[in-house]
Formats: sequence, C-alpha cells, structure tokens
Amino acid sequence: MMTSMNKKLKNISAQALWQNNPALVQLLGLCPLLAVSSSVVNALGLALVTTLVLIFSNLMVSLIRHQITAAIRLPVFVLIIASFVTCAELLMQAYAYSLYLSIGIFIPLIVTNCAILGRAVTFAANNSPLISAFDGLMMGLGFSSVLILLGALREIFGTGKLFANLDILLPMATNLEITILPNYPGFLFALLPPGAFLFMGLLLALKNFIDQQIVEKNIKNLSPNPSSSSLAEDIS
Amino acid sequence: MLSELQHSIVQNTTRLAGFAVIAAIILTAVFAITEARITNQILVAEREALNLIFPASQHDNDLTSDSFILDIESNEYSNLELLGLRENSSAYVARNNMQVSGLILPLIARDGYSGDISLLVGIKVDGAITGLRVTAHRETPGLGDLVDLRISDWILSFNNRSLNNPELAGWTVRKNGGDFDQFTGATITPRAVTLATAKALEFFEDNKSLLLSL
Repeated sequence: MMTSMNKKLKNISAQALWQNNPALVQLLGLCPLLAVSSSVVNALGLALVTTLVLIFSNLMVSLIRHQITAAIRLPVFVLIIASFVTCAELLMQAYAYSLYLSIGIFIPLIVTNCAILGRAVTFAANNSPLISAFDGLMMGLGFSSVLILLGALREIFGTGKLFANLDILLPMATNLEITILPNYPGFLFALLPPGAFLFMGLLLALKNFIDQQIVEKNIKNLSPNPSSSSLAEDIS
Repeated sequence: MLSELQHSIVQNTTRLAGFAVIAAIILTAVFAITEARITNQILVAEREALNLIFPASQHDNDLTSDSFILDIESNEYSNLELLGLRENSSAYVARNNMQVSGLILPLIARDGYSGDISLLVGIKVDGAITGLRVTAHRETPGLGDLVDLRISDWILSFNNRSLNNPELAGWTVRKNGGDFDQFTGATITPRAVTLATAKALEFFEDNKSLLLSL
C-alpha cells in the first residue's frame, strides 16, 4: 500500500518535472512564461505565485469534484481559479505590499495560464485532494524551473548579469547581483519578446535532444549485441 | 413532471449559480477584510514616495493631504502643455510653517523609446530640483529602464539642478552637447526624461507667482 503510494507520487513528480512538463512538453502557459521571463527576479516572482495558485486550485477542484457535472465543469473551474487569484492579489496587497509592488502586475496574468485549468480538468477532477495538491506542487515546480531557467538565460545574454535587483523580491538579499560577462555590451534581442521565443525554442530543442539520447541509450542496452555489454557474457 | 433534460438543466443551473454565489461571498468577505488595510498601505507608500522626492526635512506638512488638481482643460496656468499631461493629475504642495517651500509636479515625457514615461519632480521655491522619480514606464529592461531608481542611480543626477544649472542648452544628453549622461546603447530614454524635466522647470517659472500663492 505504502509502496504503491510512493510509486504514484514518484510518477507524478517525474511527469510534472520532465516527461509531461507543462511548459516544455504541454506548451501551456506560454503567455505569462514569455512575457515575464526577461529577468530571474521577474521569473521568480511569477513562479512563486503560480505554484501557490496551482496547489490551492487543484486542492479545491478535487474537494468538490463529486458535486460537479460535466456540463458545468469548465465554468466552475475557471470561477475557482479566478477567485483564488483575486484573493491572492487582495491578501498580498494588504499584508505584503512591497512584494505586491514588485510582482503585483503579473498576478492577473496567472488566470490566463492554461496549465492551471489543464491540471484541474485532467488531474484534480479525477483524483483525491492530497494527491491533487501534490500534483499542483510538482506541476508548479515544473513550470517554475523552465520559467526561471528562461529568465536566467535571457538575463545573461541580454545584460551579462544575473540576479539583478533580487532585493525587490527578497528585501534582505542585497547585492547578490553577479556579473557573468564583464564589459558586456548588452544584447537587446534577448530581452525583447522575439528573444523569448528564440530561447524557448532552444530549450525545447535541448529537451528533445536529451530525450532522444536517452531513448537511443535504452535501445542500445536492450539489443543483444554480442560484441559488447554484459548481455554477451550471459549468453556465452 | 420534469423530463430528464429539464431536470439536468435545472440541476446544472442551480449548481452553477450556487458556486457563483459562494465565490462571490468569499471574495466579498476577503475584500471587506482587506479594504481598509489596502487603502492605508497605498497611502503610506505614497507618502514615503513623496517624501523621497521632496525630503521630509524640508517641509513639515503631510504631502498626501496637501494636493491640488492640474486640470488640463482649464486656462488657469499658462503653458500647462509643457508638463505633457494626458489627463488631470495631482500636484502636491510642501510647506514649512504654513509657508510654501516647494511643489511636487507630475510630468510625462511623451517621447520615450516605448511611449510615455510618467515622472514626479520636486521643485523648491528657488527653482532647484529636490528629487525626480519615474512613476511608470515601459522602457526596455536592461537599457532604457536605467532611468528607474531601482535599476540605477542616474536619476539622482538631477538633484539640485535648476534652469541656471546648467543653462537651458545643457538640458539634454552629452551626445547632443548637454550636461546629462546617456546610457550605453540607449540615448532616447534619458534624453526624453531630461528634456521633459527642463520643460517642467520652465512651467514652474512661467507660473511661479500663481503656484506659490497656493
């Protein structure tokens, strides 16, 4: 019982972080992903709130999944997600105003993230609350990792620096800015929207390349090639 | 007797309406709880921001409550178009012992690289700038956004400047023979800010007697 549960959680994590990554494989949530990934700080801010909303919307959808009929599924899910985002915005404005000033403009963008609605429909509507919340966490991390990686790449290629203005997000983290390329003249293209598409494309290519390498390696290991591998010894 | 179809329509409608009502109640409750705090937070942030533009040591009044509206339709002020405003905007009066010690004026540089750059400038009675800040812009991250104090200190180079320091010809970027630095790879944004600030100072001089009698 315990091991099957573990297996399920492991499978969810692997799906969310790699095999079925919301940003790299499902290509969901591209609008906020491309709009906000011009620096690591912006990316971190959106990643944080998106993950929180994903966890809570998955949990809530799962809790009420037996009360919902197929006909009203989508409007109710959208209602839940939009309500959570609005609550998050109000609470942040009231209790964490400086954080709100730095990432507040991105919060309404979260409603447009189809990855959240996608998880509600395909996962949370058919699974128990805790598993759904875990799936929300993992999918959030999967989305966040791509968002932050894209932000880092664009910041390095665009400005030659990394972690600029991190203190907007974390007030205690002053002067964490790292100059990766000294005397870098700046590459405007990486910071503008077309650059976002280019770097996203490169990340997709890299993911597919790695997957292909893995497949080829597995095929090599499986095929009974007598000239190499431990299989040959077994046969002889 | 309801048919099956009618039954499902009634059921779906009531459930959807039920969820909508619950969501509305929760949102109303959260809004009611947070409203007062949010209003207060915005006011505190505004006061802090204004006190940076016109240092608290140079006035003893609450700037947020001592404001007036610049009506872009009215002819009360001469050359109001120098400020570049697109809608009626608030200006603030700084006082020491009830005497006007300076003003905070809103202005817009309309020729930024990506459209309008909104600013606030604090001006002392003698015409010297106490502080200049960008309040809204869409300039390119890493290039034009260096006018934002969170990104670079460039905007502080306007402190204590006035129309005599430098003379009007100096109120542009070095590339055009002026006194203010441009950024590597970005001239348009700092030039727009510099020129717009000079125009705001001109507006202040043109309307000095009227503004200082407030």
